[in-house]
This record gives sequence, C-alpha cells and structure tokens, in this order.
Amino acid sequence: MKISREEIIHIAKLANLNLTDAEIDKYTNDMEDILTFANTVNNVNTDGVDEAIGTDNHNVFRKDEVKECFDRDELLKNAPSQDEGMFRIPKVIN
Amino acid sequence: MELYELTAHELRDKLANKEVTSKEITESFAKRIQEKEPDVKAFVNTTLDTAIQKAEEVDRKIASGEKLSSLAGIPIGIKDNICTKGVKTTCSSRMLENFVSPYDATVMEKINDEDLVMLGKLNMDEFAMGASTEYSYFKKTSNPWDLNKVPGGSSGGSAAAVAANMVPWALGSDTGGSVRQPASFCGVVGLKPTYGLVSRYGLVAFASSLDQIGPITKDVEDNAILLNMIAGHDEKDSTSANVEKKDYTKALVNDVKGLRIGLPKEYFGEGINPEVKEAVMKVAKKYEEMGATVEECSISVTDYALATYYILACAEASSNLGRFDGIRYGYRTENFNNLKDIYRNSRSEGFGPEVKRRIILGTYVLSSGYYDAYYKKALKVRTVVKQAFKELFKKYDVLLTPTSPTTAFDIGTRSNNPLEMYLADICTVSINIGGVPAISVPCGLDSQGMPIGFQLIGNHFDEETLYKAAYTYEQNTNFKENKPTFKK
Repeated sequence: MKISREEIIHIAKLANLNLTDAEIDKYTNDMEDILTFANTVNNVNTDGVDEAIGTDNHNVFRKDEVKECFDRDELLKNAPSQDEGMFRIPKVIN
Repeated sequence: MELYELTAHELRDKLANKEVTSKEITESFAKRIQEKEPDVKAFVNTTLDTAIQKAEEVDRKIASGEKLSSLAGIPIGIKDNICTKGVKTTCSSRMLENFVSPYDATVMEKINDEDLVMLGKLNMDEFAMGASTEYSYFKKTSNPWDLNKVPGGSSGGSAAAVAANMVPWALGSDTGGSVRQPASFCGVVGLKPTYGLVSRYGLVAFASSLDQIGPITKDVEDNAILLNMIAGHDEKDSTSANVEKKDYTKALVNDVKGLRIGLPKEYFGEGINPEVKEAVMKVAKKYEEMGATVEECSISVTDYALATYYILACAEASSNLGRFDGIRYGYRTENFNNLKDIYRNSRSEGFGPEVKRRIILGTYVLSSGYYDAYYKKALKVRTVVKQAFKELFKKYDVLLTPTSPTTAFDIGTRSNNPLEMYLADICTVSINIGGVPAISVPCGLDSQGMPIGFQLIGNHFDEETLYKAAYTYEQNTNFKENKPTFKK
C-alpha cells in the first residue's frame, strides 16, 4: 500500500501535529506497513453484517437534573494560563 | 516472613485477628518500595506519607470499634491513568506531567470507601500505548525477574510492583492486553473483565469501546476479591453494564470436573515461542488430569481481529486525544503567537513518538475517503469476531491460549518496526474486540528463568468460570515457589 509524504503531511495537519522531515519519512514508511496489514480486514466477508459500536448497542438516558458539580477554581488549577476565572488564550479576533 | 511478602487476603486475616496494624503493614511496604524502587522503577509517584497517615486513621477507627470493610487498611498501587483526586495522574506523558485530577475515578471511590491505603501511582506506556512500558516519558520499568528485561505493558509498573512485593495488589487497564501481558511477563495474575463490568469513569480514555480496568494480583483469590470491590454499574459511565452484582470469591472452588476447554489452534501456530507453547500444552494436560475435557478448536478470525484492533483503537485514540489542546489542562508550549500555534506546538511537544504514530493512523482511517474502507469495515468485522466467540462458547466453557507469544525481552531490543511490535499482541487483542473476559495465570519459567503465562478466555460476564478454572490450576500446581531474583 503506497502512501505519499503529502498524505502524511495532510493527516498531521488534520490532527494538529507538527512533524519534522525525519518524522514525516518515518511515519510514511510506518503507515505503508501498518495500513497494508490493516487492509486485510477487507478480506472478511461482511455482507449483511451490522457494525458493532460497543458490546451492547442501545442508548442510555438519564434525567436532566441540576446536580452539584465541580468547583470552578478547583478546575482552573490545572489550566496553564488563567485570568479572572477564565482560561487565558492568545487574541483570536483582530 | 516479611509482611510485604503476603497476599492481600493473608494481610486481611492478620488484621482481623489483630496480629498486625495497618500502619505496620503500610510501613513494611514503604520500606520495601524504598529498597527496590531504584532497581525496579515501578512508580511515577509514591504517596508514602499520606499512606502512613491513612493507615494510622484506619488503625484508630479499628481501635474505636468502628465497623469497617474487611479490607480496610490494606495497601494498593494504582496505574497512573486512573484519576486520583489531589494526586497527580500523568499517564506517563509529558502532556499530563503536572495534572492533578479534581475528582476520583469511580474505582477509586470504591477503593476509598473500603479504606484501602494507596501507596502511589504506577508507571505505564504513555497513554497506555505500548507493550513494554518503554514508552513512558519518565522512566523504563524493569522486570523483577531480570532487571535487564521489560515488565511488559502497558501496565508494566503495576505488574512489576506486585511481582516485586512493593504493593500487595494493583489496578491496571487493558485495551488490547495491557493487564494480561505484563501479568504474564512478571509471573502474576491479571484479569481483563468483560467490557462494561467495571466503570471507566475517571480512566483516561485510550480506546473507549475496548478499555477496561482490571486487577493485577499475586494469586487468584486476591484477584476475585479486588474484582468484587471494583465491579458494578455506574451511571457516570453510559457503557457500564447494569448486571447483577456477584460475589466472585464464591467461584473459588477447587474443581474442574466436566469443564469444557477449547484450544484454539490459531494461538499455537507460527510465531509462538516453542517454550511458551510447550508450557501452555502442559497446562492443558494438567486440566485433563484434573477432570476437564480439552479439545482443539478454531477461531479463524484471529488475524483479522488484530487488524481490526489497530484500526478501531487508533481511530478512537485520535478522537479521545483531541482534547489535549494546551488550553484547559495539560502541557502548554512556550512557543506560540496565536491559538493555532498553542494547539499544534503543545501537542507536538507534549506527545511522544508512539502516541503521535497512533494519532496519525487513527486520523488516517477516519479521514474522508478512507472511513468506509477501514473504520466502517472494521466495525463490521468486530461483529464477525463477536459472533465467532459466541459460537465457540456454545461448545466450550473457556478457551485456553498463551497470553503472549514470547516471554519478557531485553530492554532496548524492542523492534523499531511498529508493525512487528503490534503483531506481538496477537494473543490478547481479539478478546477486547469480542468484549469477553480473560485472565492470565503464571504456569512456569522459560530456560532463562522468565515467567510464562497462560490465558483463559470466558463468555460475556462469566468471570466466575475463569476464576474457578484459574483457582483450580493454582491450587494443584506450585508456581508460587518461584521467586523473582532481581538479577542485574
């Protein structure tokens, strides 16, 4: 299975990852091997077979009730940057 | 005999008879950790000070006649991808190096409700992706049977700590073998429960439709006791199964007469080390001697299950790990001019090479043009795999296989070829794809003195039969006479 460097660059962009040239080469090779192997799933006859999402395909519902949840300050303790009870990020709109 | 050499149920009995205090037990393990940690490197963080305080608290409660769980005051180790309130949960990743969970995982709530004493957080492959614990950002854990060898993975810290008597028992997590394979490499018992039996709430997600938390213990009895503690429906996990709560210790019966065991021939073919194969065939013979029937069978979808696993696990991982953006928690790059830079640079600097590889593979199989050929197809093959197990369990009570094609290998000799590395998971991944339970039990040593494990696979929610079969084997054999040597 042939994968181009351009495809890996495109996929890395979708995944929000920067790759060095060496990483692009390495992952291009790796993906060729792995996807060739992964492609063997297409040898299985699945005519008329449904997709299995988990063990048991049914929806789980609960009542939409107000409950005690997390403390804002407690959650913000893990934020790399915060200000006045909010996450701080660079300016988005010029 | 030192206290740290005992199993959890032996410690429980000593506590009940007032022969020892929780503080004495905890101090014994603390001393053992201080002695062995420089060699084994099983922990990401220890919590020995708070552990001693907790033990003293339990002792006070016992002294004042308070009614406590019979396991109150017993120490435990926790894999570092299970959220512990107020204690770092790093997933052995730079991304979460300083992350302190604001809440406890449901399994931790259960463990804390029974007043167990946490000794610390155990090393793993980064985000549970790997099979040798060499992909930890922090350290490489050593196998207590030979310090030059890997403990397996991804729950390598948990298995090594149990084998080295640094904790009496531990929790791991298993997405494609991450409890069973390290248990096998380290000569301890590890169970991957039926999908949905144990709540995943607070387990940092790798592949949500495959992940399960499981107990790693010195013997089968401890395993059943720990599963009793952590199993059960949880409304915080919508995939948690609403099944009747069982007492798994009732399954600890020394009797396999009439048990129907299937030996799937695909697990004994090419690529399985001859010493491993021989050891597992001896197990089959032992079961026959003890009154079980053993018969060769076939599960021809095994190879496809592995391909299916890598498609589904990586697809789910790429989606689950999308949350790490350097904004709300986790690592943030210092190198940015705009928001997009924060996302991309934080992720690129915060994730290690194997995590990136799986994110790329997962993003690929989910991307437009490939979704149907890989992801959707794999979901259908998962149905085929599940049906294959279902058919086999009409004829057999359990299936017997090796847990891993090999025993523990030398640190640093893992293949650079990721496909070769993935193929080594052949014995364990189809169980996660099928959602069924499986247990790894030690059954001997290879010519280098490294443990060999066998795996028993059971039907959905039939952990009892696994425990009964594993317990009977254990009671009628003597693996426990072998001890790790800490060979340098």
